Amino acid sequence: MYEGAIQDLIDELGRLPGVGPKSAQRIAFHVLSADPADVNRLATALRKVKDLVRFCTTCYNVAESEQCRICRDARRSDEVLCVVEEPKDVVAIERTGEFRGRYHVLGGAINPLEGVGPDNLRIRELMARLGAGVTKELILATDPNTEGEATATYLALMVKPMGIQVTRLASGLPVGGDLEYADEITLGRAFEGRRAI
Amino acid sequence: MRRPLYRDDAVVLRVQKLGESDRIITLLTRRHGRVRAVARGVRRTMSRFGARLEPFGHVDLQLAGDPRTPGLHTVSQVEGIDLYGGSFLADYPRYTSASAIAETAERLTPVEQEPSLRLFLLTLGALRALSLGEHAPTLVLDAYLLRAMGIAGWAPALRECAVCGTPGRHGAFSVPAGGSVCPDCRPPGAAHPAPDTVELMAALAGGDWTVADSSATGVRRECSGLVAAHLQWHLERALRSLPLVDRA
Repeated sequence: MYEGAIQDLIDELGRLPGVGPKSAQRIAFHVLSADPADVNRLATALRKVKDLVRFCTTCYNVAESEQCRICRDARRSDEVLCVVEEPKDVVAIERTGEFRGRYHVLGGAINPLEGVGPDNLRIRELMARLGAGVTKELILATDPNTEGEATATYLALMVKPMGIQVTRLASGLPVGGDLEYADEITLGRAFEGRRAI
Repeated sequence: MRRPLYRDDAVVLRVQKLGESDRIITLLTRRHGRVRAVARGVRRTMSRFGARLEPFGHVDLQLAGDPRTPGLHTVSQVEGIDLYGGSFLADYPRYTSASAIAETAERLTPVEQEPSLRLFLLTLGALRALSLGEHAPTLVLDAYLLRAMGIAGWAPALRECAVCGTPGRHGAFSVPAGGSVCPDCRPPGAAHPAPDTVELMAALAGGDWTVADSSATGVRRECSGLVAAHLQWHLERALRSLPLVDRA
């Protein structure tokens, strides 16, 4: 145990996800020996993230104003809407450079075991957006795990009667892997989604 | 020190994110009861575990850890036996029922590493029945809950009075008393379910699927309510997944 400010910093750092007591101690002593300008920059960045960052009122991605950069971009198509679980999924899809439509961030996936149902996600807001009649295709890009697939199934049930085309991201074998290590579900999906070359 | 390896087959009950790309997998094993194990790198797209450790799957595992001591073990190898999760994903009611089954199995095994073969076989059977789709998912769920309570020693009395043991069908049902109650033993606040509801509960507990499959929707709903109330009374805490079961 250290005294005063250094112990307070170790305690606070130790509350961060993935930071154990040893890591917290190492970071705290790094901060102590760092240049004061660097430490001030870190402190300002931490304060700014809490003061400025909020959720976009349209898609619920992280934003620094009422609407996020993607919702403000007039060059993007309003006819295609991509549903993701978390803001970090938006970044992952944006990195591909393949998608030029809009997003909707659900804020998680349906997970009955954790008590998360449809009412705990931004599904009502999604239905309101789709109700405007602009969207022609809804891409379900929830995680390809049990919770993500169940969420996609639930959304497809809700949206299909509205006459909107509902699509799901393809799943199958990862590039660079060996076929013998593929599990039954992944390999089955790959067979279902095979295409002519 | 290298940890010992042991092998068992198990049903995956729950997965929780851990760190950057790992997960904690809660398993109900055949020989070692409930086990929690870390699956390293399972969330990476190139993980060797793939979808084998998704919930509801029946898998053959090699685990690193002392099989006699509770604690976090590590998944070393896994092979799928029957990955039931895949068949539930396109069917929301089946997915929510499977979630309630998994949560119940976890709650009925409060002590890690305590073998519970009957509950393991019952859980496996329920997931298999759900995947076959021969019966309504909520009927499979209620049958599972009734039989799981039987294994735990909380089976509701359906063919005799729960208080005095007088045989026969009785009109009142009291959760605190333990099931059907005769007019002499009926406590205040006891429910008066339709006779067909108690009949359905007995059919589900005893495996009479002809009676169960032909039951009316209203009777099934009342049966589900009584079964859930009975289970949660004994568990002393509500199941999080039960209110989310799609009974459409």
